[in-house]
Amino acid sequence: MDAAALVASLQQAVPDATFEPVPTVDLHPTVFVSRDHLVAVARVLRDAPDLQFAFLAEVTAADYWPREPRYEVVYVLVSLAHKHRLRMKVRLHGSDAHLATVSGIWPAANWLEREVWDLFGIVFDGHPDPRRLLMPEDWEGFPLRKDSPVQIRRPPHTTEPLQVTAEEFRTNVERDRLSREQL
Amino acid sequence: MGIESEYEIPVLTTTVEKMVQWARRSSIWPVTFGLACCAIEMMAMSCSRYDVARFGAEVFRGSPRQSDLMIVAGRLSRKMAPALRRIYDQMPEPKWVISMGACASIGGVFDNYAIVQGVDQVVPVDVYVPGCPPRPESLIYGIVELQRKIAQQRLAS
Repeated sequence: MDAAALVASLQQAVPDATFEPVPTVDLHPTVFVSRDHLVAVARVLRDAPDLQFAFLAEVTAADYWPREPRYEVVYVLVSLAHKHRLRMKVRLHGSDAHLATVSGIWPAANWLEREVWDLFGIVFDGHPDPRRLLMPEDWEGFPLRKDSPVQIRRPPHTTEPLQVTAEEFRTNVERDRLSREQL
Repeated sequence: MGIESEYEIPVLTTTVEKMVQWARRSSIWPVTFGLACCAIEMMAMSCSRYDVARFGAEVFRGSPRQSDLMIVAGRLSRKMAPALRRIYDQMPEPKWVISMGACASIGGVFDNYAIVQGVDQVVPVDVYVPGCPPRPESLIYGIVELQRKIAQQRLAS
């Protein structure tokens, strides 16, 4: 399925959304989608019988700072049934870097969107588990932004906080001892 | 040393210190802990071709409680640093650390926000082994240097 036929099919299913196919070197169909219709488009892509993009292979982002809109969030989709691929992109402004999560449609998006938030600071509205994935949890800043410093001269943290309180630790030890006495 | 020849009995005399130094340096057990591609060379070192068993350091232990040596084999990320320090703290005294390769020693090519620029910021290092990655021979030489160092460590100052 080429990009034109795909866009025509999508436009029919979601008439409000704007689709902008762009030529690519690797000849993968690539289309820019307006941010507000992302979830509706994603649902059509997954469920329409002639599309069936059931496999979300990748969610990533690119930062084109200082250009505005600086971010492009990229979704790489694969249709196992029809053996075709689609690269879907969403443009975001730096001052307004948030968009809806698609983890309700493809559960695989959960961790992929966490990674994008972790490294680019792009917020996914309605994400079920918005925590950092790769960087330490107390990290400040978003390292893959182009205006983020590459080198940080700061001593590394060598300790991590206790996972349990002292009281919980004592209770666990006591419970363990009691369970062995009963044997 | 003298009574052996005088009385012609099969006995060697030595000092407790020399005995302890000999025992310590002859069976350095490293903790199984690889961080990156240097760990591949570390595994090759312990296998039959390079055979670090000749120097008594082949028993890679799965538990830090049974280990004497930590070979920091590879780049250490800032997120990994607390885990590395925790494993080091769990090892019983006496313990030694070899910093293997350019990344562990000074950060290597990864001069960026994510990598600790030298593991000596996290644990005290005894021997630095250069290379990217060091060949198994280099690491064996590092272990032999460490043995030389252990042989000179006094029990009490």
